[in-house]
Amino acid sequence: MMILGLYNYWIVVVLMMIGLYIVIAHGNLVKKTVGLNIFQTSVFIFYISLGKVDGGSAPILAEGVNLYSNPLPHVLILTAIVVSLATTALGLAIVVRIKEAYGSIEEEKIQMEDNKEC
Amino acid sequence: MLAHLPVLQVLIPLMAAPLCLFLRRPYLAWIFTLIVSGLTFLISIILLQQVMTSGSIVYAMGGWEGPWGIEYRIDKLSAFLLLIITAMSTVILCAAHTSIRKEIPKNRQIYFYILYLFSLTGMLGIVSTGDVFNVFVFLEISSLSAYALIALGEDRRALWAAYQYLIMGTIGATFILIGIGLMYQMTGTLNMDDLARRLPEVAQTRTVFVAFVFFTVGVCLKLALFPLHLWLPNAYAYAPSIVTAFLAATATKIAIYLLIRFTFSVFGLSFSFTTLPLQTLFVVLGLVGIFVASTAAIYQKNVKHLFAYSSVAQVGYMIVGYSMGTTIGLMATLLHLFNHALMKSALFLALGAVMYRIGSVQLSGFQGLGRQMPFTMAAIVAGGLSLIGVPLTVGFVSKWYLVLASVENGWWPVAVLILLGSLLTIIYIWRIVEVAYFKDPIVGSEPAKEAPLAFLIPIWLLVGANFYFGVDTRLSIQVAQAASQSLFGVSP
Amino acid sequence: MSISLETMLQLCIILPLLATVGIAATGRNSNLREGVTIVTSLVVLYLVINLYLGLKAGEKITVQWWELLPGLQISFSIEPLGMIFALIASFLWLITTVYSIGYMRAHHEKNQTRFYICFAIAISSVMGIAFSGNLFTLFIFYEILTLSTYPLVTHAGTEKAKRGGRIYLGILLSTSVAFFLLAIVGTWFVAGTLEFTPGGVFDSTVNTTVAGILLVLFIFGIGKAAIMPFHRWLPAAMVAPTPVSALLHAVAVVKAGVFTVLKVCVFIFGIDLLQILPSTQFLLYLAGASVLLASLVAMRQDNLKARLAYSTVSQLGYITIGALLASSVGIIGGSMHIAMHAFGKITLFFCAGAILVAAHKSNISEMRGIGRQMPITMVAFFIASLSIIGVPPAGGSWSKWFLLMGTMEAAQWILMVVLMISSLLNIAYLLPIPLRAFFPGRGVVDNGAGIREAPLPSLIALCVTAAGSVALFIYPQPLYKLATAILDISGMVHDK
Repeated sequence: MMILGLYNYWIVVVLMMIGLYIVIAHGNLVKKTVGLNIFQTSVFIFYISLGKVDGGSAPILAEGVNLYSNPLPHVLILTAIVVSLATTALGLAIVVRIKEAYGSIEEEKIQMEDNKEC
Repeated sequence: MLAHLPVLQVLIPLMAAPLCLFLRRPYLAWIFTLIVSGLTFLISIILLQQVMTSGSIVYAMGGWEGPWGIEYRIDKLSAFLLLIITAMSTVILCAAHTSIRKEIPKNRQIYFYILYLFSLTGMLGIVSTGDVFNVFVFLEISSLSAYALIALGEDRRALWAAYQYLIMGTIGATFILIGIGLMYQMTGTLNMDDLARRLPEVAQTRTVFVAFVFFTVGVCLKLALFPLHLWLPNAYAYAPSIVTAFLAATATKIAIYLLIRFTFSVFGLSFSFTTLPLQTLFVVLGLVGIFVASTAAIYQKNVKHLFAYSSVAQVGYMIVGYSMGTTIGLMATLLHLFNHALMKSALFLALGAVMYRIGSVQLSGFQGLGRQMPFTMAAIVAGGLSLIGVPLTVGFVSKWYLVLASVENGWWPVAVLILLGSLLTIIYIWRIVEVAYFKDPIVGSEPAKEAPLAFLIPIWLLVGANFYFGVDTRLSIQVAQAASQSLFGVSP
Repeated sequence: MSISLETMLQLCIILPLLATVGIAATGRNSNLREGVTIVTSLVVLYLVINLYLGLKAGEKITVQWWELLPGLQISFSIEPLGMIFALIASFLWLITTVYSIGYMRAHHEKNQTRFYICFAIAISSVMGIAFSGNLFTLFIFYEILTLSTYPLVTHAGTEKAKRGGRIYLGILLSTSVAFFLLAIVGTWFVAGTLEFTPGGVFDSTVNTTVAGILLVLFIFGIGKAAIMPFHRWLPAAMVAPTPVSALLHAVAVVKAGVFTVLKVCVFIFGIDLLQILPSTQFLLYLAGASVLLASLVAMRQDNLKARLAYSTVSQLGYITIGALLASSVGIIGGSMHIAMHAFGKITLFFCAGAILVAAHKSNISEMRGIGRQMPITMVAFFIASLSIIGVPPAGGSWSKWFLLMGTMEAAQWILMVVLMISSLLNIAYLLPIPLRAFFPGRGVVDNGAGIREAPLPSLIALCVTAAGSVALFIYPQPLYKLATAILDISGMVHDK
């Protein structure tokens, strides 16, 4: 029962591993960026699921509601999402420049180009 | 005004960064950035004086008291690091205008200054803050601007290096974020002080254990501890020279600060060193890092790569000092933080001067440079002697304390290995010396002139500091000792 | 003079450094430039003699500079052993400068300004070593000496010079960083002080194994004493111009090494502790092996400078033996040998340089019959050889005698035999050179036309040093008094 009850953590772990796998295993730079995103998203889900209090409502003050979910993780994750956005944007910008400079966004081709130069 | 200094330290460069956009010309942007950096340096001096005389400063952001509000906490360790970062930043900036004229296209030079200020903000923020999530935010600010700064490099390999650094750095930062989340989950607070008080009760749970591991691994990635150092050599080698000088003097130091801060002030010494076999792990990784990196440095053909690997080795030294878990070991690490910043900034600035004059930093291009650029080469030799640890230089002071700390700890083999690492340093430094002084310049190449004053003045200021602080060691030793002792006193 | 002795001490170290500015400024005019060096060396010699007189009168001369690290000061203090070293170093600096003028000009050497500047820095560090009051100060100047002599060794700038310099620097820096520094930190940790103290810094409760290991680290770490297997730098440094080999490798660098060994043995460990350490015997045998092996290798060298280099390795072993014997007579012998060997070896090197410059010969096999054209040089060579061998009327006989007595006093019979065999080997590899020069024997002697005597300044220099060897034989009292004074302040007993 515990395993099913902790389903949010399971999702987090699975997403995290998928994300990391993509970063490591794929040579395409855009795919790597996507993998990084998935990895970061898993962390966001982790934080948000932390904040949920059993039986608590959304953290907006309202009449007659006594139990609220924790709003702090939401705030933290908003910040983290922005950071992730900036990282993705920067990463993709660099990928565009790499495409211009190397003519390819495959890791192997890029390393071949570099080795040719050495 | 004085009461707000902790936040002004971070706020001034933050506000100044976008203001650079209004200054159309790079020259104005440079002057502006220099003034801002100088201001931060002054603030850090005042903060250090205050902290040394009256103890830690606590500043509540927006008047919201901790542990609910975000606190800025400046203690002796933070003040020491603030001084290092701002001093290095200001001196290195003196040469920035001249250096980037040849390395960054004109239309991008303003962005350089903006990114530089953001990076500076991030680093100052990490050191000043007393809130754990704030650390993550500032860490990402400084890292993102660092990735972009590196990508400004001329060589297209800079792009690839920046991308690799981005991937690895983000993974590291996300690990830190996971660690923070787990810590928050167990204690409900993000304030470092409060965490320190609440963690001991829940310390024996698996969650806290995992939090510690995630956090430490994330920080080690940022530190460039062997074997997580793979991003560093390329990033340092292909970035614009000023960026390399700045990052080499500051980026890894911040990560070490984070490591020390969290293990001592948040998790506590006894937890950190006993739950995981952290001492053994770090001492081994540190020593292996020293030897592997120093050996790699010997075989490099690009001098910037050579010194980048040297930086990885020096990080190894700092980790070894830290791993001893004694006051004097930590003091040795803090001393080396200061001294290494001085050494590497001088060396990389000198390399920047060479790059400016001959357009490359390949070792083969250094032939005969001893005669053509005497002052620059003399600075490289002086920095090299400091790396080796010759007496009367700062490098000797850190080496002495590292060896003394190992001997006092009873770790004689470690002391021997530390000294053997110095021998490897002699080899790679002497390779440069031999090429520069014993070989004639390449036939048919244009003779290089000596570097312009804009370079020589900051370079020799830093070299002079290398010797001055190697001879008058009172400032660095007193602050390092005070910081180390207070950290040990605080930990539960 | 109204200058205090303390100021004189500091001037001895600072003046040569100031002279570098003068030398750099007068670099264009070679006569002025050499004048700066000569005037400085005369002044330094005068100051050192004054300090000697002060020491003899019983003055305690100490100077404290600043505290470099908490608890570790840079400080200077004069005692008899340091006085011996300072006296010969300053006197021979003057003589070598005179010699260099002749040599460098006749050889049309380039970069002479750089040469004289590095020379001055090297002498300054030698003064620092001689007068150092604690092990920390000594280490600092020891390293400065290594670094300042590197440009001198690699003066020629050729591939060969580079390789020689690499071995030189490599061995000296490696031994000092890996062993010497470790030993210093270890001593600091165990004893709590690095001050040179009569009787040693370790108290009676020290663990003899630890102290024994420290002793081994010291002896291996003081690479300048050229104990095998860390002796390779000496022959490698022979790529240097002869004045460099003469002063530095017959007088300054190697003597700094054995001086440090003596100082460490007498003032850090103390004679009593040395006698009971387990490693002393092993190190004694190592030094003895060094003496013998180096002599054997010397015999097989045809290049004169190489032969002299290996001879130096061998003679340094003598002094190390004297230090480690832990007997009062041994200390006297070792200290006196510092002076005797200095005069003898420097003469030999001067002659080698003279032959190189005047006759363009560097191999011994080519030097038969050269005595006809270079009589004064070869006579000086002959006298100096006698000193090295240890035979009257040359000063070396006194120091060798004391060293031999020392081995007997310490009941080290094997070492006694080693010393005697070595003296025979010395005869074998040194005497044939002057003898063959004057009596070439049968066979064609082709010395080429136009070989004259050495250039005049060089000739004067080598005559002075050869005469010095004889003078030290006839009048060894001041040297002997200084040597015995070392024992007096260490509280050791000796016969007058």
